Amino acid sequence: MSMPARQVRRHAVNGLMTGLIAMLSALAVLALVLILGDLILKGASSLNWAFFTENPVPAGETGGGVAHAIVGTAIVVGFAALIGLPVGIGAGLYLAEFGTGRLGFFVRFVADVLNGTPSIVVGIFAWTWMVKPVGRFSALAGSAALAILMIPMIARTTEEMVRLVPHSLREAALALGYPRWRTSLRIVARTALGGIVTGCLVGIARVAGETAPLLFTALGNLNFSVSPTHPMQTLSLQIYVYATGPFDEWHRLAWASALVLMGLVLLLAIAARWVTRQRYGTGR
Amino acid sequence: MSAHHPVLQSLAYNFWYGATQALYGIDLAVPRHAVTALIGPSGCGKTTFLRSINRLHDLTPGARHTGDIRLEDTSVFASRSDPVTLRRRVGMVFQRPNPFPKTVYDNVAYGPRLNALAPDRELPDRVERALRRAALWDEVRDRLREPGTSLSGGQQQRLCIARALANEPDVLLMDEPCSALDPIATQRIEELIVELKQSYTIVIVTHNMQQAARVSDYTGFFYLGRLVEFGQTEQVFTRPADERTEAYITGRFG
Repeated sequence: MSMPARQVRRHAVNGLMTGLIAMLSALAVLALVLILGDLILKGASSLNWAFFTENPVPAGETGGGVAHAIVGTAIVVGFAALIGLPVGIGAGLYLAEFGTGRLGFFVRFVADVLNGTPSIVVGIFAWTWMVKPVGRFSALAGSAALAILMIPMIARTTEEMVRLVPHSLREAALALGYPRWRTSLRIVARTALGGIVTGCLVGIARVAGETAPLLFTALGNLNFSVSPTHPMQTLSLQIYVYATGPFDEWHRLAWASALVLMGLVLLLAIAARWVTRQRYGTGR
Repeated sequence: MSAHHPVLQSLAYNFWYGATQALYGIDLAVPRHAVTALIGPSGCGKTTFLRSINRLHDLTPGARHTGDIRLEDTSVFASRSDPVTLRRRVGMVFQRPNPFPKTVYDNVAYGPRLNALAPDRELPDRVERALRRAALWDEVRDRLREPGTSLSGGQQQRLCIARALANEPDVLLMDEPCSALDPIATQRIEELIVELKQSYTIVIVTHNMQQAARVSDYTGFFYLGRLVEFGQTEQVFTRPADERTEAYITGRFG
């Protein structure tokens, strides 16, 4: 029994298209797998206790670690989050709850433009305002640059998440005699909390790997430093310096640093997933 | 105040959404400790009127009104009775159950806690009282720490009623409270409404004429933004004065 030609063709096209789509998705996943595989292959062997706990040794010598860059990343990104999260979440709440007028339109437009601004431009901006007048590179200037990158991202995610909260919940709170601002904070923001936290984690992960805006703000530091008003090393800057340096030992450490940074971002992404699941996955 | 003195009074109340007039000169007196049903075809203004009573339209862009609605002889629109104070005295139950995504207990405790009606140590009593009045206590006494959204639809709606009652309002507004419920859950809510009128004044919007006939003492028929007829439910349903009312309740249109 033979199928009519049209049917054969239909089956063939269907199979071809499905295969094509599967291949393209595989390609997308492949990028991550290749990057991660490469990093593990070239970096994992250098990961040891000393790598995490020791500071760099003078150029040319072997051994040493990037403890200063790990701590530096935590401090620079930590301060950035401290500035960026409240401003971003606040702006997002404002946009979702009150941003219907001209001001809302303006804020949203600015956020979108800022979202598309190249990070190196933000770095130059931070340099102009926080490094040049003081006459010294500082971790804080780096944090400010990262915060500026974070704010529009977090504002827009927060806005989207808050908009998802059903209007009926808002009305329920208002009808109980809740003032509008308390309705926004206690009911609407709390309901959207899972999504907001996810947005924040993704935002933090996104800026944790930024290098360009730190080049002329936090600058980098070959020594261990926790002073926010002085130059500070971060993992991204460490990779930049070591990867472009002349020593094999440096290249080895650069690979390992890249692996650690990637792991950190991955961890944040997983945490974001987990928070989302906690909020929406279980229960009815 | 005498039992015959109306709790709520609407005086020549007009309402517009932007350029569209939704209500025309509504004159209505809502009797105390009774159930007043507002009936009429979709889009006739019942819900618009109900939401005017607790000023939920305040946030609707382009909404405006003339005339007055008075609660115990004070205009609800008077600047000193701001909407927040007003809404504490006028509870509302919505068309679809809308419990907060919190525990059963917190849902009910929300109002009193916010309004500082009771010191914290009295809250549990208050929550229990509200849940008992809403005929839900026996079903949820062991589930107070579970999310309110885990209850069944009918239970959720009674939870919303308990939440409104916990504020100890003078008036309870109900906007088609049974339209999202099955017949059994509907019956429970109806029994509850009849019970609640001992202590509260209830205004209920319904599309279900049998429901209006079963639970209400007074009925108002809205049509095209006007209050066509208002009177004792029995009279409105058996001897309507207006032919449009008669046509509607006998199912000839709507």
